[in-house]
Amino acid sequence: MSIRVRVNGVEQELDVDPEMPLLWALRDVLGLTGTKYGCGQALCGACSVHLDGQVVRACVTPIRRADGREVTTIEGLSPDGGHPLQRAWVELGVPQCGFCQSGQLMCAAALLAKKPQPTDADIDQSLAGNLCRCGTYTRIRAAVKKAAGVPDSK
Amino acid sequence: MASVVFLASAGGCRRQPDSEAARWESLPPVDARELRSLDMFQRIEDPAQRSRALFLETSRVYLHPRCSNCHPDGDSPYQDSGEMLHNPPVTRGPEDKGVVGMECTGCHQERNLELARVPGAPNWHLAPRSMSWVGKSPRQLCEQLKDPARNGGKTLEQLVEHNAHDKLVAWGWAPGSGRQPAPGTQARFGELVAAWVATGAQCPSEEVRP
Repeated sequence: MSIRVRVNGVEQELDVDPEMPLLWALRDVLGLTGTKYGCGQALCGACSVHLDGQVVRACVTPIRRADGREVTTIEGLSPDGGHPLQRAWVELGVPQCGFCQSGQLMCAAALLAKKPQPTDADIDQSLAGNLCRCGTYTRIRAAVKKAAGVPDSK
Repeated sequence: MASVVFLASAGGCRRQPDSEAARWESLPPVDARELRSLDMFQRIEDPAQRSRALFLETSRVYLHPRCSNCHPDGDSPYQDSGEMLHNPPVTRGPEDKGVVGMECTGCHQERNLELARVPGAPNWHLAPRSMSWVGKSPRQLCEQLKDPARNGGKTLEQLVEHNAHDKLVAWGWAPGSGRQPAPGTQARFGELVAAWVATGAQCPSEEVRP
């Protein structure tokens, strides 16, 4: 079955099984490996991408769900890595191993798009499904606030 | 002597919940996975008592984890047998559909997704806080379901329709991936709820359990 999907602004026509997880299509078919495979069960958030602006877990999203829609991955968050979140991530040295960070960034980007001035509770609730085994949570929260221009009291 | 007479007469006067429980126990037994059929309740002649028994039977569905997990007593749903909070740790958000980045539909789709065991049905969402019923007794739940302020603004007729035909409610009997379904079928549940309404929507006593 042919799936038409716009990925990071580029029209794609994929001849794949409609049940193929979007994550597989992104990584194995399109070579967009910035989105990570973590648990495969929507429990860790490493595969978070935007589908028409909404965060979805690509590992549990059959590609058929994306047919005719727009997908944004970490590669498409900004043309040059200059999204305010990406800049804040670099300035605060957020990542440790880095594996979860694209998912963290995609969730944080969706949060700021909807709530440009998030509270700590907003950040914690929206990123609660993005696990970081290195424990960079405090730096993640600080970087989200930095990108939003919200003073970080801690 | 007077006190003996008093005790004897008190003992001979059965309390209402006991007789209600006795009526309930007189019904034919069914497997835990089934619901009693409507005709089994005809042996209870008094319509008000039949109504109470009908509600008790439907409470086995309402209070089953497939249904009650998403009518939680807080801001997060439960999962599995109802003793465990949803993982990942989602919160209901302003519209009971999660928060940005953690919307219900970020994972739960129009149907069950067997490859990752993610359950799905149309309009996946949490019941609002006003419709919380985890931890409630059948009587408390019954009173709540009759109160439009705590039942989603429904008339009893709308409640019957919702229970009998709503697609998200229907998921309770087809949860997929080895999950234990709600007892019986949605069709039988709908019949029982309709019969409860038709017999005056009476509520069981606080002490009585199915």
